[in-house]
Amino acid sequence: MSFLTFLLGRLGKAVGVTLGVVVLNFLLIRLAPGDPAEIMAGEAASSDPTYVAQLRRQFGLDEPLPWQLWLYLKGVVQFDFGYSYRNRLPVLDLIAERLPATLLLMGLAFVFSLAVGALLGALAARSRYTNRHRWIDSALMSVSLLMYATPLFWLSLLMILLFSVSLDWLPAFGMESVGAHLAGWDRVRDVTAHLVLPVTSLGCFFMAVYARLTRASMLEVIGMDFVRTARAKGVPAGQVIRRHVMRNAMLPVVTMAGIQLGQMAGGAVLIETVFGWPGIGRLMFDALLQRDYQLLLGVFLVTSAMVVLFNLLTDLMLRVVDPRIEPRR
Amino acid sequence: MTTGFPVRRFARIGAALAMCAAILGASSAFAQTRGGTLNLIVQPEPPLLMLGLNQQAPTQYVAGKIYQSLLVYDARLDPQPSLAKSWKVSPDGLTYTFELQTGVKWHDGKPFGAADVVFSIDKFLREVHPRARVIINKYVDTVKAPNERTVEIRLREPFSPFLGMFVVDNMPIVPKHVYDGTDYRNNPANQTPIGTGPFKFKEWKKGSHIVLVRNPDYWKKGQPYLDEIVFRVIPDAASRAVAFEKGDVQVLRGGDVDNVDVRRLKALPNVEMTTKGWEMYGPLAFMTMNLRKPPFNNLKVRQAVMHAVNRKFVVDNIFFGMGRIATGPVASTTKFYEKNVPQYPFDLKKARALIQESGVNVGASTVKLLSFPYGAAWDRLAEYTKQSLEQIGFKVEIEATDAGGWAKRTGDFDFDLTFNYTYQYGDPALGVARHYLSNNAIKGSPFVNNEGYANTKVDELFANAAAAQKPELRQRLYSQAQEILVGEVALGYLFEVEFATLYRKNVKNLVKTGIGLNETFDDVSVEK
Repeated sequence: MSFLTFLLGRLGKAVGVTLGVVVLNFLLIRLAPGDPAEIMAGEAASSDPTYVAQLRRQFGLDEPLPWQLWLYLKGVVQFDFGYSYRNRLPVLDLIAERLPATLLLMGLAFVFSLAVGALLGALAARSRYTNRHRWIDSALMSVSLLMYATPLFWLSLLMILLFSVSLDWLPAFGMESVGAHLAGWDRVRDVTAHLVLPVTSLGCFFMAVYARLTRASMLEVIGMDFVRTARAKGVPAGQVIRRHVMRNAMLPVVTMAGIQLGQMAGGAVLIETVFGWPGIGRLMFDALLQRDYQLLLGVFLVTSAMVVLFNLLTDLMLRVVDPRIEPRR
Repeated sequence: MTTGFPVRRFARIGAALAMCAAILGASSAFAQTRGGTLNLIVQPEPPLLMLGLNQQAPTQYVAGKIYQSLLVYDARLDPQPSLAKSWKVSPDGLTYTFELQTGVKWHDGKPFGAADVVFSIDKFLREVHPRARVIINKYVDTVKAPNERTVEIRLREPFSPFLGMFVVDNMPIVPKHVYDGTDYRNNPANQTPIGTGPFKFKEWKKGSHIVLVRNPDYWKKGQPYLDEIVFRVIPDAASRAVAFEKGDVQVLRGGDVDNVDVRRLKALPNVEMTTKGWEMYGPLAFMTMNLRKPPFNNLKVRQAVMHAVNRKFVVDNIFFGMGRIATGPVASTTKFYEKNVPQYPFDLKKARALIQESGVNVGASTVKLLSFPYGAAWDRLAEYTKQSLEQIGFKVEIEATDAGGWAKRTGDFDFDLTFNYTYQYGDPALGVARHYLSNNAIKGSPFVNNEGYANTKVDELFANAAAAQKPELRQRLYSQAQEILVGEVALGYLFEVEFATLYRKNVKNLVKTGIGLNETFDDVSVEK
């Protein structure tokens, strides 16, 4: 039963946090100068004040602010995220159309960065601890420092120049070949080819973070008594690393990865821009520039829900990795 | 009749030329390649493709292939037939009669007729079109269809530029059977636009691409030549340059890549560049100085500013040569342009002398320069202007903002100095007068008389010129207005913005009219 109450408690908190984020975002957006009606009239070079008033009335922007907030919250609770002023489509439809692309990109980048990062970190820690091939440690740490310091968009552009323009191995942008009408495995192969560059670009920074973290954490654990005991009782070195060291060393890495997912969502906006990836990051950026309040709030809501959910998953994962973690009463 | 002979001779030469043109036209039409896909970039992604409801540049680019208007305009901005095959203007300038093409069908198969035109102009656009509605509500009295093929528009008072209003983004004809009696803005058909144009809407994968396909029932026989047009969404400028370089797209529209890349890309083999196709828009860049408060309420100070900014430097080094120095408020491609106006050559000595003469202590308070958030070049221009003005004694501070913030503050007249560039729509009455009419200093839009200029003489000149029938009279009135505006530095005229269209050599007939790439593309082809 304790697991269930733990889960319910965390879910309740997650809903509370998400709602708080919604209210805060709603108020913050209104601080930006200009509203959607003004911007739309401005873009059309209209100099007709009655037209702006007409738009505002249609969007419901002429109502008092607290009333607008109340209407929005009422909608959100019923899973009605409102209507995009500019696209003239329900916000939920727009997001649903774009979300899978972002989830695919972020999910793969997350797995890639965590897996490769942990592996590289472990290799580096091993070479340092065993004092054999110390150059591996230095090389890996130098590479990860470089990755950590390189701006995402710059790395992306360089990868496009190398792999797509010079070598012509991989497509430079988009999610699939337009007009090729592929199906089945051909389509999977096509999408995979399109995925390589954006996933690597997005993953590289986080990979560097996890590699350094894994290395530091492993070196710390390796010096502990229970590892010495395991070695003393004759457990083979590989098994010590895998069973005793890795498992304990991964705790801070997993915690960090959960926290950094929010940051990864931010990075996804950049990556989606450079690679023309049809995800929600780009949707959010356009909505912000155009003050499309409802759409922007919808994207914020979905991304914050995503981050909260991922954090919850991280907590659950930690319980799996380390059964000693108990919910606080 | 002393002129009889030459006129007849010219008529004969004219006929011969027309025949040549017909033969040449026929042979070139014969040489057009049928089939193929044209890959383009649309940037930024349009929110909607219903041209009657949204007229942003990217919407015009895509929807210009789907919708049509009564007329099209050549590079000299003279009207040519489109959905209307001929037209007449009554001698009093009040009645416009259009004879429509026959055999035109909407993309859903329903026939197109005069009722659609009446509905579009008199009901749909009169209500929802942000720009056209202002003119329609002010001038258009009645729109009638005496028969299925004829439309008659009666004006309340003469408005000479009226025949220039039928550009497709301004007067798109929309299907009555789809929109009449519905809530136009929320009609589900807005997502699947239906027009009369050479290409039909097929697919829009948001964030990725838009596909248009050939309309087999297009009313021009044998056209269009292309099977498909694909618009790709590529949000990053550097990636767009790569897409063109790799051949993934065959055309780059002005603004798709930075000017610094234009230089590099146009040097590629099999690539052509043109700056034509913007005549209808005639984009003109200027400094907006707030004339309501010091220091810019002083004429000598404004003249000093004009002498202090080296506009040749701006065009050559900040905009990489993509522009022509502006002489005044009317662009040289717009009708009734006047080049004999006061000049402001770059001259710091003269600028300092003018400041001295004005008696204004320009360094007494800091001038806030509101940045114009449309790309890096404009940021450089802001930095350059700050330096230039500081050389003649100003204190300048640049304020950063985004597009929404800029529109809001400019529209509320809450600025000292900012930049802007606006379209002129071919006629001073449509795109120029709005910046100077004293009754158009209305808050809420960044494209009105935001500087707060007021001169009853200029108001009168613009009003008379808009109503005048004879082109010579209009020219005289507009020339006078231009001279006054430049003399008084109503706005700080900088340069006529040029946009480069880059395309692969095998793309034929791409830019032919005054609206360039926003045209229907019904005679564009791609050679194999």
